[in-house]
Amino acid sequence: MSSEQTPPDGQNTVTRRRLLLGVPLLGGAGICGVAFWKMLAGMQTGSFNPHDINAPVTGRPVPDFTLPDQTPGTGFATADLKTLTKPVLINFFASWCIPCIAEMEALLALQKQLPIWGVAYKDKPENAAGLLKHAGNPYARIGSDRDGRVAIDWGVSGVPESFLIAPGGMIVWHSAAGLDSPEVRDSLKNALKAVSG
Amino acid sequence: MRALFRGKTAFRLKAALLLVCLSAPVMAWAVDDPSEMLPDPKQERQAEAIGAQLRCLVCQNESIEDSSAGLARDLRKVVREHVAKGENSQQVIDWMVARYGNFIRLSPPVTIATLLLWGMPVLALLIGIVSAVMIFRRRTTTPAPLSAAEQARLRELGDDR
Repeated sequence: MSSEQTPPDGQNTVTRRRLLLGVPLLGGAGICGVAFWKMLAGMQTGSFNPHDINAPVTGRPVPDFTLPDQTPGTGFATADLKTLTKPVLINFFASWCIPCIAEMEALLALQKQLPIWGVAYKDKPENAAGLLKHAGNPYARIGSDRDGRVAIDWGVSGVPESFLIAPGGMIVWHSAAGLDSPEVRDSLKNALKAVSG
Repeated sequence: MRALFRGKTAFRLKAALLLVCLSAPVMAWAVDDPSEMLPDPKQERQAEAIGAQLRCLVCQNESIEDSSAGLARDLRKVVREHVAKGENSQQVIDWMVARYGNFIRLSPPVTIATLLLWGMPVLALLIGIVSAVMIFRRRTTTPAPLSAAEQARLRELGDDR
């Protein structure tokens, strides 16, 4: 409009009011932007994972369970984990699970650093034994969870899943991703360092 | 082929095919195996209602009642065991949340993290009302009286006729 002329007083306050209204809008958009950026950054470093389902188990003692033997290992129960003096990695696996087979090599390397106890999840004992014969056996002890009920108490939603158990039987770390991923191995290494003090 | 199925036969075949197609999703919704169902229909209804609120963790946007994944079947079984023991819906859901976190609930509880999610309808309504009021107000404000220069210009334009 007539911009050269000094605008009337009424028009001036309307412009000011519009500008003031824009402040909360811009502020809100800014907050959303920062939050979103933080989320994305967290996903990159692994500190934020929207797909992480069972966060509740970490920081809790191991649930009550008893697992029968799975050849070629011996089964274990809650008491075995509660009387630990060194950290142990619990790994749920199955012979029908391709990511578990992909993970085996990493587990075989890892067992030199800390004992790994395996749980055969909803697997036929002969099939699980066949896998370990074929791919190598990284497990110090192996239990069989045929009906998958022990896994539910651990909050397992799929195999492979791994849990780091501190001495005394506390679950201190968890991953629903395979240990063949370097990020997951790094995260485990940090958790292990924290436990070992 | 065409010559073989004509008239009534073709109609019957088409009808049968349609019936199969229509019943396929219905079969997928139901519990996989009728032997899973509880003998007491009231308890079975309660179990179904609980299962409909629990997320299948394998196929994440289905409820365990809808899914035919192995874990969903196992969780359905667990729900029915708890219901058969006489537990109420809240107890069963709490049992699940203790193991899988709030993620297993298809309808998340109100927490700080979900406040914006739950508050959004009210927030959107407020924003709508505020903008409506503002637009309405702007329309009804009477324009400032014409200045002397504008009045002169108006007269000038009127003279053109």
